[in-house]
Amino acid sequence: MTTLIVIVLYLCLLLGLGFFSSRLFRGTSKDYFVASHSIGPFLLLMSVFGTTMTAFALVGSTGKSFERGIGTYGLMASISGLVHAGIFFLIGIRLWAFGKKYGYITQIQFFRARFESDRLGYLLFPILVLLVIPYLLIGIIGAGKTIEPVTAGAFSEIFTNPTAPQWLGGIPPWLTGLVVSMVVLTYVFLGGSRGAAYANTFQTIVFMIMGVVAFVYIIQGLGGLEQAGKVPARINEKGVIVQDYRFDKQARELLKNDPPKPIGKVLDSESSNLTDTQPHLSRTPVAVEFKKKNPKTGEISSFERELGIPFITFVSYFFIPLSVGMFPHLFQHWLTAKSAKAFRLTVIAHPLCIMVVWVPCVLVGAWASGVLPPGIPPPAVLSAMLNLLVGDPVLTGLLTAGVLAAIMSSLDSQFLCLGTIFTNDIVLHRAGSKKYSDKQVILIARVFIVVIVALTYALAMWAKNANVFDLAVWCFSGFSALFPVVFAALYWKRATKQGAFASIMAALVTWVYFFHLSGYGGEMVIGPGIIPAAVCFGAAALAMIIVSLMTKPPSEETLQKFFPPVQKL
Amino acid sequence: MGKKFIWVLFVFLFILHQDAWWWDDASPVLGFMPVGLAFHAGFSIACAILGWAAIKYAWPHELERFAEEDNTEEKAN
Repeated sequence: MTTLIVIVLYLCLLLGLGFFSSRLFRGTSKDYFVASHSIGPFLLLMSVFGTTMTAFALVGSTGKSFERGIGTYGLMASISGLVHAGIFFLIGIRLWAFGKKYGYITQIQFFRARFESDRLGYLLFPILVLLVIPYLLIGIIGAGKTIEPVTAGAFSEIFTNPTAPQWLGGIPPWLTGLVVSMVVLTYVFLGGSRGAAYANTFQTIVFMIMGVVAFVYIIQGLGGLEQAGKVPARINEKGVIVQDYRFDKQARELLKNDPPKPIGKVLDSESSNLTDTQPHLSRTPVAVEFKKKNPKTGEISSFERELGIPFITFVSYFFIPLSVGMFPHLFQHWLTAKSAKAFRLTVIAHPLCIMVVWVPCVLVGAWASGVLPPGIPPPAVLSAMLNLLVGDPVLTGLLTAGVLAAIMSSLDSQFLCLGTIFTNDIVLHRAGSKKYSDKQVILIARVFIVVIVALTYALAMWAKNANVFDLAVWCFSGFSALFPVVFAALYWKRATKQGAFASIMAALVTWVYFFHLSGYGGEMVIGPGIIPAAVCFGAAALAMIIVSLMTKPPSEETLQKFFPPVQKL
Repeated sequence: MGKKFIWVLFVFLFILHQDAWWWDDASPVLGFMPVGLAFHAGFSIACAILGWAAIKYAWPHELERFAEEDNTEEKAN
């Protein structure tokens, strides 16, 4: 109950911040959508970083490391440090410059002008919404999975149908999702992009500090850093995967299992000598079979999992972080920047912020393989470790608030951006900018945001068992497949309207095809281990090049506008 | 040092990221961090340094001037 009170207090604090930022709101649509281009370097860093790090970063990375080991960091985090920073520098600053110069508020406005096509906007709008929605879902699903274990026992007589028996009385995912959605909706509704920037900054600081605190307490629970390194599951001489330790909750200490507890067996591996290795601490691919107990029926069943990461999969993950170049919510954050110089801190500090958040999460996920049952749902690993190793309910509440902070700092920007693109690219574009007053424009955006929140909530309840990491990778794959469009728009004069249409269609068709093959959100690789994003990207890039070269170049006026003479640009 | 050198460093870091040489190695660095993770944490720091170098030696001054100059006419169009 104490844990729950701390979480509720945090949510109230956030609502207070929403009311505070609404007092700073200048009442204009420009302020609501892009904070009147007034955001400085620190707020820009915090809001961009907070937006890109969602449930995926904390809950997803810990869960993925629990499944595949420390390779998770190189797979997503370190390559993101390189690619994201490169995109902020090469794409972000350039888009900000055109946005400021020509008054664009959304990506679609830029693309319509650059490719001289209204229809391109109508094609892009549903695709962007389609791809942002999985991103929103992972936030709401991740929040639900986090809160239930840490509040277990708080309301044993009210919530009698938990996801797992040990979480009886915990706040169910449907209620967490509802509360989180309402809190985010409130402060986005009131403060727009300025409110989101303040809330993001506050929440990013909270989740970074709480992440470090959680890490310290988990290390203490595991008996120190060196001891923690010995905890992950081990393969013995017979090819059996064993847990050498267990955590005794009553004694609050790590005890040695004698004999080690078997939890699975090796099925196949490229490596000939796996004896006494801890597969979660390297990237060697090892196919294993684990046993899990159905929490409701007690029935034991087997499931297979691949530990480690195939090299080709690791290399092809390069395509995933390209997605930030096409995130509509990030485009909107870029446009809030006061000047190009505001980007400098983000370019330098973004990789370091990723490191501060991801390294502890990945280590905790690998360590968890030695003390948690292998069948535990990956998104629940972080909260299960907190619940197991951090006894203090106040601290557990604060740490859980940190996880919620990471989730909500992404949800707000995404909700806001969908409201922004609907209002500007569909309603105002069709009706003309003079038909509605500024207040009516803000009202339209707010109403659309409410609709999107309701739709997202309903979908999250339907897809409540989805794997947060895998769903996020699918969302990123779609956006990275659209990357050739933005890159060509900015750097290739010869890119044409028809090329852009072909590229978007190629991205859409290949993405939908692979998404269907994956069973709508499962983990999937092609051939020797190539991820679908690489193929979708390749198809979209080829379509852009071939069709552009076959069609008439853009008009001289457009080229002058977006590729001004060298001395000017 | 110019834009080309920054691009060379970018490509060099991308190649460095594919550290096949430590794929099967789980040896701990500083007693607790597997070498495969320690290397990539160091890689993140190298990315920050590259970002600093890009800002210092390849900053798009012309683009900044272009965005900041009077633009009333362009917006009206």
